[in-house]
Amino acid sequence: MFARPIAFAALIVVSLLRPAHAEPVTHIQLENGLDVVVIEDRRAPVVVHMVWYRVGAADEPPLQSGIAHFLEHLMFKGTETMAPGAFSEVVEANGGRDNAFTSWDYTGYFQRVASDRLALMMEMEADRMQNLAFTDAEWLPERDVILEERGQVLESRVGGQFNETMMAALFKAHPYGIPIIGWRHEMEDLTGEMAMDFYRQHYGPNNAILIVAGDVDTAEALELARTHYGAIPPNPNIAPIARPSEPPHLAERRLVFEDPRVGTPYVSRMYLVPSRASGDPAEAAALQMLAALLGGSSTTSVLERRLNFEEGIALSAWAGYNSMMRDYGMFSVGIAPVDGVTLEEAEAAMDRVIAEFLQEGVDLEQFERVRRQIRASEIYALDDAQGRARQFGVGLSIGLSVEDVEGWIDTLEAVTPEDVIAAGARLLDRRASVTGYLTQPQSAELSQ
Amino acid sequence: MKIWIALFVLLAAPLRAEVAITPVTSPSGLNAWLVEEHSIPFVAIEVIFAGGATLDSDEQAGAVNLMTSLLSEGAGEMDAQAFAARSEELATSLSFSAGRDSISVSARFLVEDAEAVIDHLRTALTQPRFDEDAIARVRGQIVAQLRRDALDPNTLASQAFARTAFGAHPYGRESNGTAETVASLDRDALIAAHRGAITRNGVFIGAAGDITAEDLGLLLDRLFEGIPEAGREPPPHAEFLAEAGLEIIPFDGPQSVVAFGHAGIARDDPDFLTAFVVNEVFGGGRFGTRLMQSVRTERGLTYGIGAFLSSGAYGESYQGRLSTDNANVETVMELLREEWARMAEEGISAEELARIQTYLTGAYPLRFDGNSSIAGIMASMQYQGFDIDYVNIRNDLIEALTLEEVNAVAAQLYDPDALFFVIVGQPVGLN
Repeated sequence: MFARPIAFAALIVVSLLRPAHAEPVTHIQLENGLDVVVIEDRRAPVVVHMVWYRVGAADEPPLQSGIAHFLEHLMFKGTETMAPGAFSEVVEANGGRDNAFTSWDYTGYFQRVASDRLALMMEMEADRMQNLAFTDAEWLPERDVILEERGQVLESRVGGQFNETMMAALFKAHPYGIPIIGWRHEMEDLTGEMAMDFYRQHYGPNNAILIVAGDVDTAEALELARTHYGAIPPNPNIAPIARPSEPPHLAERRLVFEDPRVGTPYVSRMYLVPSRASGDPAEAAALQMLAALLGGSSTTSVLERRLNFEEGIALSAWAGYNSMMRDYGMFSVGIAPVDGVTLEEAEAAMDRVIAEFLQEGVDLEQFERVRRQIRASEIYALDDAQGRARQFGVGLSIGLSVEDVEGWIDTLEAVTPEDVIAAGARLLDRRASVTGYLTQPQSAELSQ
Repeated sequence: MKIWIALFVLLAAPLRAEVAITPVTSPSGLNAWLVEEHSIPFVAIEVIFAGGATLDSDEQAGAVNLMTSLLSEGAGEMDAQAFAARSEELATSLSFSAGRDSISVSARFLVEDAEAVIDHLRTALTQPRFDEDAIARVRGQIVAQLRRDALDPNTLASQAFARTAFGAHPYGRESNGTAETVASLDRDALIAAHRGAITRNGVFIGAAGDITAEDLGLLLDRLFEGIPEAGREPPPHAEFLAEAGLEIIPFDGPQSVVAFGHAGIARDDPDFLTAFVVNEVFGGGRFGTRLMQSVRTERGLTYGIGAFLSSGAYGESYQGRLSTDNANVETVMELLREEWARMAEEGISAEELARIQTYLTGAYPLRFDGNSSIAGIMASMQYQGFDIDYVNIRNDLIEALTLEEVNAVAAQLYDPDALFFVIVGQPVGLN
């Protein structure tokens, strides 16, 4: 059924030992270009097997938004030797769980199974890396499924539609402004052939990362990886990633999204900032600390403490930094005001508190507490093999190295209070931002 | 191609969970189940207080929920800010959540800080301040959440189903209360809810991580010092009242949410595990179920559909959910009735039983992933009345089930003529 595998020599072997308790993480690259990461955690007889492709919704051809995600669904519809749906049936019959996910920068497939079933998972995943095959009977109803998915997870949730609108306004040229699931009118015209073209263009060992985490012996896992994936030839169609970049942002954007389904009105702002992959990691770390200080706790963070606890004008206020993206990051802040406070007043208060924070500097006790939590999070993270696997998968997918991922805690610990203020002052530039109000229609009657 | 599957199923030998659970009794007599795991220097503890929102009176519905939310909003000498700052200093995560049947307290902490964290947690459980400003703030957040719920079709569907199914029993109302009842809750109501719900009677404790049985016993006594013995009486058993039929709640949007179901099976019923197995074939939350196959895979009528045994401490039902375009609702209802009738008449096949047995026995060990999950399972198993050896015999029980036994239970559980539907949306062709 499968060609007899040939074992290729590893090109690179990196073994990194993290602090006292951490299990080793091993990274090699097979000769066909496949990156392989093995994370040992022998506590329970369970293994997570993941394949990540360095392609996602930001790589779609014009008029085909949603094709990366559509292909992700169709990857479960069979190969030259496996029946439609058989992949999940085999995983399930073996007591495992499988699923897949699509983002702008990557598409991933994973199974969680008893560790003695790892070889079987590899055999099937390697098969669909090169032999995907499906007919009209599979892709036609699946297109209805993704339209239902868009209806359920996006259009039925007013916050989801608001967010989609914000992203489309933030990105003027780069495809991060296009929703991962696709625009409905383009999704309606997607075909199985388009998905197959996208597959032929982007899938292959030289555009993929294999991650095995859990109850495995590293040497055995690497040998299995060579056996099952090593024989797959590199895909010659894989080309360097080429995406439009953002032109200079000269004017802030503002929008009002009205919908009768809005239960709690709020203000949301997104700033275009560098990501961990596109910018200086030290600056990304400073932004991460800034997000933790401004919004990392629902009680003690600067925005919550000032706007909710002291001034009593917010139900909640938040900040976050989306750093794990290839080309750009996003820094978000927002506030949901209490009854009787308008969105305009809430926005002004939020901006005042951020400006005062950047003026007055970091509270050193708060800074120390955040650092202590970061150190502890490194220990807690060891309890979650799947979470660690995901970190490496995302990191390598967006262009970080294993060392970058492993060293992130150290990079965070090196950030000084002055770095935080400098990053905030430099990067929270209103011209590179969009501000949105999510609210009930002005003179609306509730439909409900 | 089908050979593939048959072949691989043979490979799937049953796997033991192999969880070593130590029963712990503290010097003062508290019981807990512990799974020791010394490779990472932290501990997870889960405490379940039985009763939950069912302990509220109708007039004060939502009191237990608001009270639980306020446990971390100031205790002893600390106001809300000081309490949170102390949790951060200790790098611990403490969570307090009220459900319909119980209150859950989860704690995760580094071994080096164990005693300090336990003291901190005890302060929250025994000396909550219920400061007026904290009450006003958290009440505002809950009322805002209730307002969002009132505009969320999924919540509306679940609420309507529960209302018709359980009527005046606490199961028929919203656990978090209504905007009116929550607005009326004052400090005295919260103190009473606290006194009634946080007690040693009806407490279930699980722990996992880098700690010995002896040390855990000492920590638990330290934690429960000052917690009273008994509180409010739990409610009586809830009868399932909904009759076959249809309830439509008009709601704007492209899709309808459909809640469907009928009477269920009690979790202490000897046939509960069998019914659970049957439902896993029919509507468990995975791709391969009959409902997913029929409604999603073959016809593309939904993104996801599932059914579940909703078997609580004080009542039970059998329910399912899906979202679909308004134009498809009638078709989907017809399909559901057909699938229901097929289960009642024919049950599942020998092949389906073999496959689900392999799946369930293989999947079981996967649940025990990490200290927090394990601590949660340990507490919850005691709460549900399982014996301590259940973890290690559960797969044998599933493997021992015969097709005859399974289909006898299916014939009892499934009643296509009893199906009750709640539709939130603008379903085409129905009124």
